[in-house]
Amino acid sequence: MHLHRLEKTWLKFGISMLAVFLIVLGVMAFSMGMKPPSEHHHTVDPTKVAETAPFDNPGLNQIGKNHYEAVMTAYAFGFEPAVPLEVPVGSKVDFIVTSSDVVHGFAIVGTNVNMMIVPGEVSHVTHTFDKPGEYLILCNEYCGTGHEFMAITIVVQ
Amino acid sequence: MPKPEDKKEEPALKGTFASVMLLGAFIILTWIGVFALFMARN
Amino acid sequence: MKSFDRSDSKLVLAHVLFAFAALFIGGVAGLLQSMVKSGSIELPANIGYYELLTAHGVLMALIFTTYFIVGFLYSGVSHTLGGKLLPVSRKLGWYGYALMSVGTVMGVIVILLGKASVLYTFYAPMKASPWFYIALALVVVGSWLSGFGIFYQYIRWKKGNKGKLSPLFAYMSVVTMLLWQICTIGVAIEVVVQLIPWSFGWVDTVNVVLSRTLFWYFGHPLVYFWLLPAYICWYVVIPKVIGGKIFSDSLARLSFMLFLLFSIPVGFHHQLMEPGISPFWKYLQVVLTFMVIIPSLMTAFSMFATFELYGRSKGAKGTFGWVKKLPWKDVRFFAPFMGMLIFIPAGAGGIINASNQMNAVVHNTLWVTGHFHITVATSVALTFFGILYWLIPAITGRVLTPRMNKLGMIQTIIWCVGMFFMSGAMHIVGLFGSPRRTAYNTYNDHPDAVLWMPYHVAMAIGGSILFIGVILIVYNIIGLLRAPRGETEYPIGEVSEASEKTPAFLERWGLWIGIAVALIVFAYTLPLVDMIMNNVPSPGYVTW
Repeated sequence: MHLHRLEKTWLKFGISMLAVFLIVLGVMAFSMGMKPPSEHHHTVDPTKVAETAPFDNPGLNQIGKNHYEAVMTAYAFGFEPAVPLEVPVGSKVDFIVTSSDVVHGFAIVGTNVNMMIVPGEVSHVTHTFDKPGEYLILCNEYCGTGHEFMAITIVVQ
Repeated sequence: MPKPEDKKEEPALKGTFASVMLLGAFIILTWIGVFALFMARN
Repeated sequence: MKSFDRSDSKLVLAHVLFAFAALFIGGVAGLLQSMVKSGSIELPANIGYYELLTAHGVLMALIFTTYFIVGFLYSGVSHTLGGKLLPVSRKLGWYGYALMSVGTVMGVIVILLGKASVLYTFYAPMKASPWFYIALALVVVGSWLSGFGIFYQYIRWKKGNKGKLSPLFAYMSVVTMLLWQICTIGVAIEVVVQLIPWSFGWVDTVNVVLSRTLFWYFGHPLVYFWLLPAYICWYVVIPKVIGGKIFSDSLARLSFMLFLLFSIPVGFHHQLMEPGISPFWKYLQVVLTFMVIIPSLMTAFSMFATFELYGRSKGAKGTFGWVKKLPWKDVRFFAPFMGMLIFIPAGAGGIINASNQMNAVVHNTLWVTGHFHITVATSVALTFFGILYWLIPAITGRVLTPRMNKLGMIQTIIWCVGMFFMSGAMHIVGLFGSPRRTAYNTYNDHPDAVLWMPYHVAMAIGGSILFIGVILIVYNIIGLLRAPRGETEYPIGEVSEASEKTPAFLERWGLWIGIAVALIVFAYTLPLVDMIMNNVPSPGYVTW
């Protein structure tokens, strides 16, 4: 099929551009540990979340120097634990979150923490908080009438 | 030996080429912009 | 000039008018939402924000688009394949219309009764009334009948015109409807096999991850189902409207085939942030998503080339001299052209959305809402608006008056200004993290959320301007229906002499459908097996 000389140049340029984007993303994802969240299988019976470890005891646990684990349950319309989380500056926090009812979102404003919470599945994401402040954690997936009230904070100091 | 399609002269499409390259530049700039935001928030 | 078949014009007009009735009601819902979101008004008791949001999404994204597309494709198929619809095709068109209309009315009633505030993505395990899902199923099945009508007309034409190349409009219509048939199978399975039995209570639980995957198998090609008819206008109609030629018939067909192949096996790029799908399959579908950008790169070149060749034929000089030769005061060109122009930021935003882990910056923020308000609600909608100014006169035997043309120009400008404020604000505040699909709340006056408020106000200002645009387009349609009698030509472009003959393999449907199916099987089989084997059943909830 005949292509105009300039169209060939344009398509070569455009396709190379897309290839560069894909290579950058692929290398970062698969060899620099920057994959999208929840990369391995982890399920839980959504009707028995409150009885199943670790969600029977939601909260913040220190698991190493400057390393924490935040076990959380999302429900309509809030999060467990319901009190603000507090960590020192420079802490690395592993968020382990599931839902006890419908689909929710879990986003921390100003960070790349942004993931879906799907009943039956456990979502995982890790973030290191280098700057102090009160970060807003909110549900960003519509979950019902009170969706806009579903938020807590994490205080980094 | 020239291919048969080379016999026909191609129409002038300088402006088209310039336009699509500007479009390409716009795509690259916006993509890099959000990429920078992603890296800054990581 | 042969005038448009009168019985076909009834069918086309019925679809177009239904589409714009939906646009009007959806527009009212949209206006109210933007006022609530900015904290400007509170809804009177019993009307919920999310009820309005569901009505807005369903009426705009599903009903307005599908009706207009079916009407537009039928008009072009009738005009280019023999000058009138075959009785079977016309009948299928009316049956489709009837089924879709029953579905729409039923769906809207259920939504307004507050029994289905689940938004137009209806994510399980939020459980709507079974009648909501049945309504959606009727709309889909109705659109299938309409699609069969187009296929029938095309097959009969091919049989009667052996060895001849089919008209470009008809070819593109077949690709569009084929894409629709293949992708709606996913949502049909979700609704009929999973959601309807579950919402009636015949089964207790639903496989949530599977339902989401079936939805997005449909959800991304859905956006190409909106876009391709706009591309038909750009490729086939616009060259004729400006007085130029189609740059290349074969490249136009090739780009449509690439859309058929690569717009379906890509649904995971809507699910990048969710659990239950491995990073490998997400990335693979991201790569396939990037393939579907290529035909749009080709389209950009073809459009500019059509414009430049036309300008040069009128004596334009220099690199950009042709720009001045374009008919800027003709709404039939201007409205779709603004659609094309706005598709540049829209497409750039789409590439960002699909960029695997980078999706975390924008996922479920207002950026995404801004994105599809410039893709479907501007690029596609403005093109559809621009089509009205020749389609209604052509099928009703009237002419476009200078006054109607001027009103059309004003409507286009209002739409662009409204979208600039609304979508622009959505994109920016989305990057700041403001969530989409969320009613008014300042999160206890958290500093980040307070910062979002001025943008939400800008969205409401844009939304109000857009509502004026909705009223004006409805007014313009009434004006067009009452325009003076006369003959208006159905504009179908001719192919440039410089362009080569179209190769026959572009009409080997078996081959292309085969590749499309192979790609779908490749991209989806293993993840689907995994989802079915690892099913964690969930009961349903009504949370509104």
